Amino acid sequence: MTTTIRLQREAFDVAAEVAALTRGRTDIGAVVTFTGICRADEDGAPIAALTLEHYPRMAEAEIARHIEEARARWPLLGMTVVHRYGRLVPGEPIVLVVTASSHRQAAFTAAEFLMDFLKTRAPFWKQVETFAGTSWVEAKAADDVAADRWSAPPRREVR
Amino acid sequence: MKLIYFAWVRERVGKTEEEIDPPAEVATVGDLMTWLAGRGEEYAYAFENAKVIRAAIDRHHVRADAAIAGAAEIAFFPPMTGG
Repeated sequence: MTTTIRLQREAFDVAAEVAALTRGRTDIGAVVTFTGICRADEDGAPIAALTLEHYPRMAEAEIARHIEEARARWPLLGMTVVHRYGRLVPGEPIVLVVTASSHRQAAFTAAEFLMDFLKTRAPFWKQVETFAGTSWVEAKAADDVAADRWSAPPRREVR
Repeated sequence: MKLIYFAWVRERVGKTEEEIDPPAEVATVGDLMTWLAGRGEEYAYAFENAKVIRAAIDRHHVRADAAIAGAAEIAFFPPMTGG
């Protein structure tokens, strides 16, 4: 099992992360990637930039706990999470999740699981910069609902 | 113990972190928020709606009823908006 967790200011290269996760492996049959990108609007209003604040040591620990939980739930062969912090302008990538498994279903499901938890449990906060000033993004109830659905018993039959 | 603040909690308190030594009757995270709210108007503003504020003890999420005894680092922050 290869796992990588990185918090960084700079952009990431999705293809390079996938290559790093799969290099030399012939047991991996499926790789799923999710990339979150900074949009030019928040709640319908145009934005100039997003600034991500984080709690450094806890962010890594919390992501590691969810990677561990995903590993216990699904037959995964590798996971990579890269989350940026600092100031990002629309169009820039914010977060990357890569999951690898022998068959696609576990990779798809685990990628969704990790993203739902990054949204609601990883200690990051987005501040929006508009032409009028700055404000903090409010947590969305829909994200809590998405994370809560994973509290059902682990679905071990998923492959 | 060390307190750390993030996002709008940090902005309202006006500092990133501080060392505190609360009285013995402050037993839980919820007690600590109530005690902090009485330390001045910036704290009262930060903790005016304590129900929405999240906390972590030694980098683990905890609820308001969690005991603070033995904690080295307690963080207070708004609901998270990462990803």
